[in-house]
Amino acid sequence: MLKLRMRFEKTGRAVYISHLDLMHTFHRVFLRAGYPLKHSEGFNPHPILSIALPLSVGHGSVCEIMDVTLVQDTVDTAQMAVDLNAVLPEGIRVQAPYIPETKASAIKWLRVMGRYEYDGKQAVELIAPLRAFYTCSELPVSRKTKRGEGIIDIAPYVKDVTINADGEDVRLAATVSVNEPTINPELLVKVLQQNDPELAPDFAEFTRLEIFTEKMEVFR
Amino acid sequence: MDKRLKRILPKVQKPARYTGGEYNQIIKDKADVDLRMAFCFPDTYEIGMSNIGMRILYGVINKMPDVWCERVFAPWGDMREEMVQAGIPLYALESGDPVSDFDVVAFSIGYEMAYTTVLDMLHLSGIPLKSADRPDLVPLVFAGGTSCVNPEPMADFLDLMVIGEGEEVDCEVLELFRRAKLEGWSKREFLVKAAQIQGVYVPSLYEHSYNADGTLASVTALEGAPERVKKRIIEDMDSVYFPTAPIVPSTEIVHDRVNVELFRGCIRGCRFCQAGYVYRPVRAKSPEIVARQGIELLKNTGYQEATLLSLSSSDYRHLSEACDLMLDWCEPRACSLSLPSLRADNFSMDIMQRLQKVRKGGLTFAPEAGSQRLRDAINKNVKEEDLLHSCKVAFQGGWNGVKLYFMLGLPTETDEDVVGISEIANEVLHTWRENAVNKNRGVRITVSTSMFIPKPHSPFQWEAQVPMEEYMRKVELLRDSIKARNVTYNWHDAKTSFIEAVLSRGDRKIGALIEEVWRTGGYLEAWGDYFDYNRWAYAFETCGIDPAFYANRERGKDELLPWDVIDVGVAKRHLWHERERAYASTLSPDCRKQCTGCGAASLLKGGVCDA
Repeated sequence: MLKLRMRFEKTGRAVYISHLDLMHTFHRVFLRAGYPLKHSEGFNPHPILSIALPLSVGHGSVCEIMDVTLVQDTVDTAQMAVDLNAVLPEGIRVQAPYIPETKASAIKWLRVMGRYEYDGKQAVELIAPLRAFYTCSELPVSRKTKRGEGIIDIAPYVKDVTINADGEDVRLAATVSVNEPTINPELLVKVLQQNDPELAPDFAEFTRLEIFTEKMEVFR
Repeated sequence: MDKRLKRILPKVQKPARYTGGEYNQIIKDKADVDLRMAFCFPDTYEIGMSNIGMRILYGVINKMPDVWCERVFAPWGDMREEMVQAGIPLYALESGDPVSDFDVVAFSIGYEMAYTTVLDMLHLSGIPLKSADRPDLVPLVFAGGTSCVNPEPMADFLDLMVIGEGEEVDCEVLELFRRAKLEGWSKREFLVKAAQIQGVYVPSLYEHSYNADGTLASVTALEGAPERVKKRIIEDMDSVYFPTAPIVPSTEIVHDRVNVELFRGCIRGCRFCQAGYVYRPVRAKSPEIVARQGIELLKNTGYQEATLLSLSSSDYRHLSEACDLMLDWCEPRACSLSLPSLRADNFSMDIMQRLQKVRKGGLTFAPEAGSQRLRDAINKNVKEEDLLHSCKVAFQGGWNGVKLYFMLGLPTETDEDVVGISEIANEVLHTWRENAVNKNRGVRITVSTSMFIPKPHSPFQWEAQVPMEEYMRKVELLRDSIKARNVTYNWHDAKTSFIEAVLSRGDRKIGALIEEVWRTGGYLEAWGDYFDYNRWAYAFETCGIDPAFYANRERGKDELLPWDVIDVGVAKRHLWHERERAYASTLSPDCRKQCTGCGAASLLKGGVCDA
């Protein structure tokens, strides 16, 4: 038995695979690569595999974290990554696994990139007002939670916002809290729609870039 | 990926089914191939990817170095609407290129209710629906699949149809088309030559004339096309291509496991069953090949469940041997085998118990009729005591659910036969009471009935379907006679079965009806979500078509039937003979017991059937 952690990316066409489907996909990937996963005990045994911070359908990531328990006791980690990558669907790639030393609950911050598309507007003209908007001291946004609709000020949970032109689009980068509270990057668009709809993009696409601990160290 | 597509995908249900990119998809460089084929399945991704025929043909066609075959499925309603609004044409999953870029657009049509979806997919691709409105050689629009055994309803829309198993004939058609394209033939030139390939039916080379009563008077073959088109079959199942490294979908599909074929054809000859006749003769794989392919499939995909497929698994001679060979590999790896289509009469508990080690869910049996007399009439050679014995063994083995499938409206059926269904359910319940291991868990007995649909190339091809009102009367009768609380009764909607009856025995005039229903919104009609009877009722009016002529009319012995042009191997006189035996409630032996000389063996070079 061997507990391993690995980072993987999910980009391109793979961003539309849902979290649950991704779990099933990985389960089969480990089997066809020849690394069977240990199963839980009980009436309905399931493979021991967990992915931290479920990613929304349509969002990409180059910093996903997955914990698995293998049946075997030792493994050549570099070879394992090669074997897994040989049988993964398009858009999903893993890095060499390692023995985890921290708990996934230590993840606190997420660096995310957003590409905003505007129809019939010049992106360059929006950069200054967007910068001004995201540096407001208050960013109230109403969102649905399990307890119903609630207003949250996301300003304390969004930091290091940068905004630049990206061809015809606007490229935003921001660091958001993903643990108490969890700020879905889509709130960065929602907050525009609710407070300054003129600045809201017609379409936005997000990609996770890096995950950090409370102390802003890269999570491993 | 198309920017417009990126915008709509996050808005639709299950977007992963519209993206491609799955493991084992086949990608080629389009600059390196002569022909690009869009292989269209007229239903959703989840259904189409579960279809073994499509999996086989996708593999076999892509083995041709000069051809790149890609998959296309019908979008669900939400996606369809978004695509239309955004101006995105139907596209193929592998390359994302629009279907209109392809040289060949081919459909696999397994069931009649998919007809309107075929038209819609052509429309979404920007391709004219009718063959006559596509004067150019490219694109070639063709189809294959079980529905093509009566090609006439879709004759207006398809340039050609492939009859029978496609592994060889599809490649021959594509090879000829490749030549035609390189040498710049006209469409007509190509079709005339294609009609010379065995198994190819070119609708435009057959002229139909009708009698005053609307029945078919004559069919004239033109330009050397054969009088009758003979079905194609694969003779040697051991050497035929079978995909052992198939695409593994990244999202859940209906049959989310690997499939291994055991054999094609069926030895049984149930008189209502089209599949039992059109897939003849019986041809089996050897158990070693079954096991080898099954194990390779599990290894290559990472699935942990394999289904052993055939029309009647317990009739496979080497079933235990094949299962043993596979289980030796499967058991240490926690893989399981499943066997659909087991018969109640030779149900092997041993095998079932070996296969289903962990979970014991429900068992399904299809006695089809409620009395021995009627079961004899339809040649469903299952005795009540066999069924009850199978249930007994199952209940003793810990199963606690049984599903029983029946048909209502079978030829010669009486009210006694209908009520007999509830008596069988009671007997099964009684058997459970006597044999259950743990009565506290309760039992679920489900009775389901569907409305009998007479199908071409079966002994009941001449029958009238009972009117919908009569079916509903039978449903009420049965419902009132089921008293036990542990017995649940479900019945299939009469309206879809009625429409299916019209379509399955339709002639060429039905094409206008299908087009009208599509024009008024008909699409994905195999789904209750989308089927709308009113659309059909309206189209019957508009097109001046009397549905009863097709569904509820008994055909005469000598009537020229629209599908007589297709030779599936079984002689028409054999079907008539079987029909007469049905009315005498006389059983016919299964093919293994005694050959009844149906004629299908003539499709084999040696002329000997491996029943």
